[in-house]
Order: sequence, then structure tokens, then C-alpha cells
Amino acid sequence: MQNQSEGLKRFDLQVIASWIKPGSRVLDLGCGEGDLLLYLKQNKNVTGTGIENRESKVALCIAKGLSVLQGDINAEVLDYQERAFDYVILSQTLQQVYYPERLLKSLLAIGRKVIVSFPNFSHWSIRMQVLLTGMAPKNEQLPYEWYNTPNIRVITLKDFRKFTRDQGCAVLKEVAINTNHHDTQGHIVSFLQDWRATYGIFLIGKGDKK
Amino acid sequence: MSEYIEHDKDGVSVGLVEKKYFTFAEPPEAMILESNARLGPITIAYETLGTLNEDRSNVILILHALSGDSHVAGYYSEDDQKPGWWEIMVGPGKGIDTDKYFVICSNIIGSCMGSTGPASINPGTGNPYGFDFPVVTIGDMVRAQKALLDHLGIAQILSVVGGSIGGMQVLEWTVRYPDMVVSAIPLATTTRHSALAIAFNEVARQAIMADPNWNKGKYYGSEKPNLGLALARMVGHVTYLSDEAMRRKFGRRLQNKNDFSFNFDADFQVESYLRYQGQKFVDRFDANSFLYITKASDYFDLRRQHGNDSETEAFAKAKAKFLVISFTSDWLYPTYQSKAMVKAMKKNNLDVSFCEIEAEWGHDAFLLHNERLSALIKGFLDRNVIELRKK
Repeated sequence: MQNQSEGLKRFDLQVIASWIKPGSRVLDLGCGEGDLLLYLKQNKNVTGTGIENRESKVALCIAKGLSVLQGDINAEVLDYQERAFDYVILSQTLQQVYYPERLLKSLLAIGRKVIVSFPNFSHWSIRMQVLLTGMAPKNEQLPYEWYNTPNIRVITLKDFRKFTRDQGCAVLKEVAINTNHHDTQGHIVSFLQDWRATYGIFLIGKGDKK
Repeated sequence: MSEYIEHDKDGVSVGLVEKKYFTFAEPPEAMILESNARLGPITIAYETLGTLNEDRSNVILILHALSGDSHVAGYYSEDDQKPGWWEIMVGPGKGIDTDKYFVICSNIIGSCMGSTGPASINPGTGNPYGFDFPVVTIGDMVRAQKALLDHLGIAQILSVVGGSIGGMQVLEWTVRYPDMVVSAIPLATTTRHSALAIAFNEVARQAIMADPNWNKGKYYGSEKPNLGLALARMVGHVTYLSDEAMRRKFGRRLQNKNDFSFNFDADFQVESYLRYQGQKFVDRFDANSFLYITKASDYFDLRRQHGNDSETEAFAKAKAKFLVISFTSDWLYPTYQSKAMVKAMKKNNLDVSFCEIEAEWGHDAFLLHNERLSALIKGFLDRNVIELRKK
């Protein structure tokens, strides 16, 4: 169970994992079945905690030997001591958060650094869909209709950079990828990111850039 | 808790077990209870399963609920009709694996299942204590268990596990003896009773005390307050189920009839069930023990006892890693009570996992076969073994 160490399947999680220093304390929000936490625990010796709201996934995580709490991330993050974690990870969830501003503030209080990833809404295919069809865009990353999507926030890489500036925090690292987040192999985009990236992954800290 | 004692469906069992006794606190060394009363000598009934490993690091202490006993799993003899009360969870390869762990289950003081309680002989008078038995608290029960563990030479517990009133003892262990407890699994429990829980207990106690046979607790050797105790058990059973559980189990179905009797017979299945449960209980349980244990559970207040009325402060001393589990349909100890303790644990930087298991059977869900529950407990225990070795 715990000893079968295997690599991370998802490319976006591989990027996130590469940013985490060994031995650190990590909080993974919306940790799903705990793939990232398990990887970090086995390969980077982190002390990890996850929060997940689906009972079946929480149960799977705990059965795998992970420390995971069932609950809503917006409420659960309020109970930790300040700087209880070295990294707080919000992966593929920001676009579903009702109060991103409030949440980010909480995350920066309990974590020294925060890792956020989200689908980039300014990808060329999305821009073209709006332009040519005049309808709310859909693609592999954002496959829902406007009326049933859980993704209530429309965010682009540029938006997020501005958001961090407005919030007074610093972007410490940033990677744009043009891969579906569950693909094993991916590409990092460095040219025309805002147009070509399907996902953005940001490492942010408090404004002092430390 | 109810009795759901059933044989393991795959026939896997730890096998034969033996009830043992440990006596301590012989006067003048009597134990001074939380109420300041003295109690001694004290006998504790306990059972052990599995094998203690060389470095004594594989101990699991299981704590039982209101009507439970030390007989957690296995059989007393080859022709024993029933296994212990948590046979589905405890045994070879099960959630609590007796091939890996040394399991201890101790009967609580105040009970009537082998430990010193109101039905025991008062050495001062040579007669059963009855209502002269001092009121014991959850803290007193835990201190008595600690004496047992000292006697067994055990200084560290890999995990303390228990549901309901057993869960209260789990919580008490973690704050009273934080250095002994590596991990803890409180199931379907609370840090303190709500008014609702106290209210049901009080109705149950009044049912016993209103029975003329109760005779202020002096009924040993004469007619027992069976009507009162049966009624108390019926109230209990209502709280162990849930609206949904009762709807599914009974609905408005009639018991062996097609129409109302228009008298006060048990027309509905639910009436018949409660009567049956009540009557079954009086054969095996002592009415005074019921009074004492329910009172101990009402008095239990981890905040008041250990935290100056603050839940967060109450867990300040705790060091264990926690796995807190609640059940969706438990209305005796609803999930908000588990969440409150989880919150307090988080505020203390404790390592805590929490899962609200979807279960329709109410408070009693922790006693019923549930693959998810077994897997959770197994994974949590395995992890604690690994992390303990790393230290």
C-alpha cells in the first residue's frame, strides 16, 4: 500500500511536486484520491495533509495512509495556526471558488507559500470560439455548458498576475503548460503564453518576495 | 450501543479467548475518584487478543460503549453461540488485525460485566454496593484502565479505539496520558453530551427509578426492576437508530397482523422490536450499572475538565494522531460535534484525519459491518506503525 512508490501520472502535478522542498509541510486543498500527497510523502518525505469534500475519496486517502480531512476548503482552512504549512496547494480549483480573494488571504496566512493552478481562459481556441461562434466556449479543459459548469470564475494568466499584484503578493515562480492536466507528458510554454497555455501554475508568497 | 453481534460472514475469527481479571487499589490504597469518594479494591475484567511484540509497540486498546464488555471478539468456547461485540472489526486480517496487533479490551468500572460496579460486593458491608457505589466518571474509568496497562507492563499504546462512550474514553486517554498514546480513533462520539443526549439518558434513568422493584438500588437477591430497565433500553434504542433507519427497518408495518388491534398490544413492528430489545436486555444487564454509566457519560465534558470550557484548550495537551469518524445519520452524536473536536485539534496543530461516513443506521453504524470503515481504520493503523518505526 504505502511502499509501492510510483511516479505521478499528471503532468501538472509533476510540475507542482518539483517545486516542493523535501521534508516540508504541505496542505493539499481538494486532494482528490491523494495522488500528489502520496507521491510527496514517498518521494519528498513531506508531512502532508489533504482536504477533500467527497466522502468516498476521503476514505480512499485515509485507507492509503494519508492524513486527510473531509470538509469544505473555504471553511477548513480557517482553523489552522498561522504558517502551519510550508506550502498550500490549490490545484485546479480556483476557478470554482466563490470568494477567491478571501480564500487566497487565508491560504497566505496558514502557508508560507501557495501554489495555485487553473485553466487559462485566454487560450487561442477559446478566444476564437467566442469570436467566431459568439457562444460560451467549450474545450477539453473546460468541457461544460455555461449552465452546468462548476467553473464559475473566468481566469486568464494575465488576470491572475494582476490579481496577485492587487492582493500585494509576489509571484515567485510561474509555469504555463499546454497540456491537458491529466496527461502524463506535457509541454511548458514560454512563447506567447497567454495565447498558447491551457493551464497556468503559480508559486506565490507574501509581498516581500522571500 | 445495540447488540449486532454476528458471526463473521467469512468465518474468520481470532478464535478462543479468555476473560481475565486484575484487582488493584486494595485498601488502604483505594482509588480516590473524581467525586473525592474512595473505591477499592477495584477489579477490572479484560481480554487480550494477538501477541505482544518484542518492543511492545503493537498495542491497541479498545474501549467499549454503554452496554459492552471486555469480550470484543472471538469465542469463549467451541460451542459458544455468539462471538464478541466487534467480531466484524477485530480478528485476523480485519480492520484491527490480530495477526499484527496485541489488542486489549477492558471492561469499564461501574459496569456489571466482571469489573467492580454497583452489583459487586461492598467489602465494608458484605452486601452488594447498590446505590452506595460511588459515582464514577469517564476519567475514573480511564485511570482504572491505566492501572491495568501498568500492570501489563505497557507504556505505549499504538492506538486507542472506541465508539460512543468508548470514544469518550478515547478522548480522555489522549489528554490525560498524552505521552502514552501514539494515535487515537474516536468513533461516533462527542467531547460532551448535548442537552438532547442528557434528556434521553434522564428519561431512561427515571424509567428505572420509577420501577417499584428498583427500591433505591437495593434489589439484589429480590425482584429486579426489569420493567424499568427494559423501558430504559427502549428509549436508548430510539436514539441508536435514526429516522431513516426506522423508516427502512419498520415503516408503519404491522407485526403479524393485518389490522389494528384497537387495544394497546404491540401493533406496529417498531413497537414489537423495542419491546423485544428491552426484554432481551434485562437478562444480561444490571439496572444500577445502567444508571451509573449513563450518568458518567452525561458528566463527561472534556472542555470543562481539561480546557477551562474551551474545546481548543482541552486538546492542548494531546499529542496523538487522530482519526475522527462520524456517521451521517447519527442524531445522538451528530457530525457537528465531531467537527468541533476536529477544529480544536487543528488549532493545536495536531495531525487529524476526519471522515463523515455515509450510513443510514444512525448512531449504531460504527458497530455494523462496513468495508469503508474497516479500510479506513486499517490504513490509519498501518500508517502509524510505519511512522512510529521512522522515529
